[in-house]
Amino acid sequence: MAYFLFRRTLGFVLTLLAVSVVVFAVMNVLPGDPALTILGMDASDDALAALREQLGLNAPLVTRYFSWVWNALQGDFGLSHSFRVPVSELIAERLPMTISLAVAGMLVTLVLALSLGITAAAQHRRAGDWGVMFLSQLGIAVPAFWLSILLVMLFAVKLRWLPPGGFAGWSDPVAAIRSLILPTVALALVQSAVLARVTRSSALEVMRQDFVRTARASGLSQRRVLWRHVLPNALVPIVTIVGMQFAALVTGTIVIENVFYLPGLGRLIFQSIANRDLPTVQALVMLFAAIVVTANFVVDLLYVVIDPRLKART
Amino acid sequence: MSHLPLTKTLPALTLAFGLMASASAAAELVVGMQQEPTSLDPTADATASIDSMMTQNVFESLTTVAENGEVQPNLATSWEVSEDGLTYTFHLAEGVTFHDGSVLDAEDVIFSFDRAMAEESVNPSKDIFEPIESVKAVDPQTVEITLSGKDAFFLFNMGQGDSAIVASESADTNNANPIGSGPFKFDSWTRGDRLTLVKNPDHRDAAEVALDKVVFRFISDPAAATAAMMAEELDAFPGFPAPELLPQFEADPRFRVNVGSTEGEVILAMNNAKPPFDNVEVRRAVATAIDRDEIIEGAMYGQAVPIGSFYPPHGTAYVDLTEAYPHDSEKAKTMFEEAGVAGETMTLRVPPFPYATRSAEIIQNQLSEAGIDAKVENVEWGFWIDEVYKKKNYDMTIIAHTSPNDMGNFARGPDYFYGYDNAEMTALWEQITTEVDPAKRDELLKQGQQMLSDQSVHAFLFQLPLLGVFREGVEGYWSSSPVLYMPLKGVSVAN
Repeated sequence: MAYFLFRRTLGFVLTLLAVSVVVFAVMNVLPGDPALTILGMDASDDALAALREQLGLNAPLVTRYFSWVWNALQGDFGLSHSFRVPVSELIAERLPMTISLAVAGMLVTLVLALSLGITAAAQHRRAGDWGVMFLSQLGIAVPAFWLSILLVMLFAVKLRWLPPGGFAGWSDPVAAIRSLILPTVALALVQSAVLARVTRSSALEVMRQDFVRTARASGLSQRRVLWRHVLPNALVPIVTIVGMQFAALVTGTIVIENVFYLPGLGRLIFQSIANRDLPTVQALVMLFAAIVVTANFVVDLLYVVIDPRLKART
Repeated sequence: MSHLPLTKTLPALTLAFGLMASASAAAELVVGMQQEPTSLDPTADATASIDSMMTQNVFESLTTVAENGEVQPNLATSWEVSEDGLTYTFHLAEGVTFHDGSVLDAEDVIFSFDRAMAEESVNPSKDIFEPIESVKAVDPQTVEITLSGKDAFFLFNMGQGDSAIVASESADTNNANPIGSGPFKFDSWTRGDRLTLVKNPDHRDAAEVALDKVVFRFISDPAAATAAMMAEELDAFPGFPAPELLPQFEADPRFRVNVGSTEGEVILAMNNAKPPFDNVEVRRAVATAIDRDEIIEGAMYGQAVPIGSFYPPHGTAYVDLTEAYPHDSEKAKTMFEEAGVAGETMTLRVPPFPYATRSAEIIQNQLSEAGIDAKVENVEWGFWIDEVYKKKNYDMTIIAHTSPNDMGNFARGPDYFYGYDNAEMTALWEQITTEVDPAKRDELLKQGQQMLSDQSVHAFLFQLPLLGVFREGVEGYWSSSPVLYMPLKGVSVAN
């Protein structure tokens, strides 16, 4: 186990390092100049030169990279080129929004997908199954942004039950929850479509096994068989997909945050790339990479919890 | 009869209470903005939304510009110009304070100009300060600015956000915590979500300011902007991003739609330094191949005024040159053949603005009717400003030039991305900028428009409209904008 953890941690550090090199290289190869983006088309050459000097863009690439790594190791991710405030401050402002959305999206996805998937499996080849399969097919086919617009048109414009967008922070929890409902639903409906299908097929596979027949034969109720015996044994593929989906969810918020004009990390990275704001892009991509790697790590740990047989192999 | 006075007093009472209620309810305006700035300092960042929110609302300049383009007093209540036209003496308003309580006097004016003109200055319009030779304080309320040569646009330029008067104590932090002297004070900014201004009760014109609070909400997606207006989350969207969505607001009695003009000339720019566009006949053929009416109909849903040269149709010197090269695909085809470029492939690199991407598709089609295969490349803004604008790596592009008085672009010589080099135009522009008599200057501007049209430097498409959607009851917004800012001083809202 100690070796497993060591290997994982090393992999984590190496992944982040590789990501940082790639981001740095890509952002520098990409045509674009932060000074020009800030000062625009009427800027004089000496104003541009002065700004480049201020932003530290005149130092050689390699020097800039290593000084960035050195500062980052000390927890200093630098000043944003376009906002001129510490990148850590920008991220801290927006993290609660994106995390709230991603976690709420994941929870709703799990509840929806597991109950629909298990229902479909229980109703195999009957109306419930067809219904769930149809809905999930629809969910996979519908793009998240289009679904978002439909939700806004119905619940915000027509019925006026919920705000059409925006998020003013958690200082007013009722308003915060109201603002999060539509984006969460838009995010979760599309995500749960995939997960419901995986849950269904995984559950169907387990249901064919002998111990399920034994459980049924011993007189257990259908509900108990499904939730206590089938689901836990069907979890390995489900958890794998959930791990992948959590990563997709964090990046999926980019689209959702734009449609619902939410002040989250997704919109920040979008804006920072457009502005060629390297320090901000760098820190955000590293953060997203860390989230993905951590999600995978948690999935690996969960495998062992779900299926103790796997412990012997690690 | 004793009940009669009661019935008479009741309506009066209700009216009185009603008035009290409306007086105590703060007048709040919620404004939608498409572009979100990353900084709030108009003297250090060219982002247009900074000007539209901050200039003349939070920050003030010596002069200001009215809706009709006329220069008016602002921080300077009056000024005198010396006989040689080189020395301007500005008299500052009495008792002006910055929002942090410090006094605004001649020292702050000198500081602001020194800062903008310094070698390490990052002012996005540093060029407008170039004619200034010296800035001196005569006394705390009087500033004398001497120019090295006459500058017809000097007073106009002094009314822009680039020349805002800032305090030395707060200049470095204005990017996130702007401190000016204007009728509105900066209150808070939740980056990515909203920015709030509140009325400045100490402002000299506070009695004319109707709004107590203004909240700007940042919504970039046009569909989301429409939904936010429809759900009445917003009171105004003064720069509405999607002309195709306007009819549904026009049909709705809750809203008022305004179609005004801006200083933005939309052009199909051709790289004059590079074959085949170094040949005037090819440029004329392009101008003949395009059909402006079709472009305006398709790209702007009819909401724009065509232009035939580089000057806004609402300007006093405007000449209509839209018929200089009447649309004729067959004739254009012959012209391309004669110039030896028929059947050639050209690229059209377009920035990610709806007016540009939509126009590009239509122009591509019109050029193909004239036998030219135009390849459209959609690029993002960071790419455009580096590759097309700075490195001049393009054949054709579509762009709006939104600055006022910008015919001078054509006098910037071959280093500017037009690749246009014409000593005659440079000399003419020199004359225009130094001619202080408006009537004579207009004559010169007319000559300039004629020259650009004759040489068909670019294909001039249309004037970028100012599209606004307002909730009924919102009054006082400018319907056209001669500058980049939108003063909130005269705006009111009925609840």
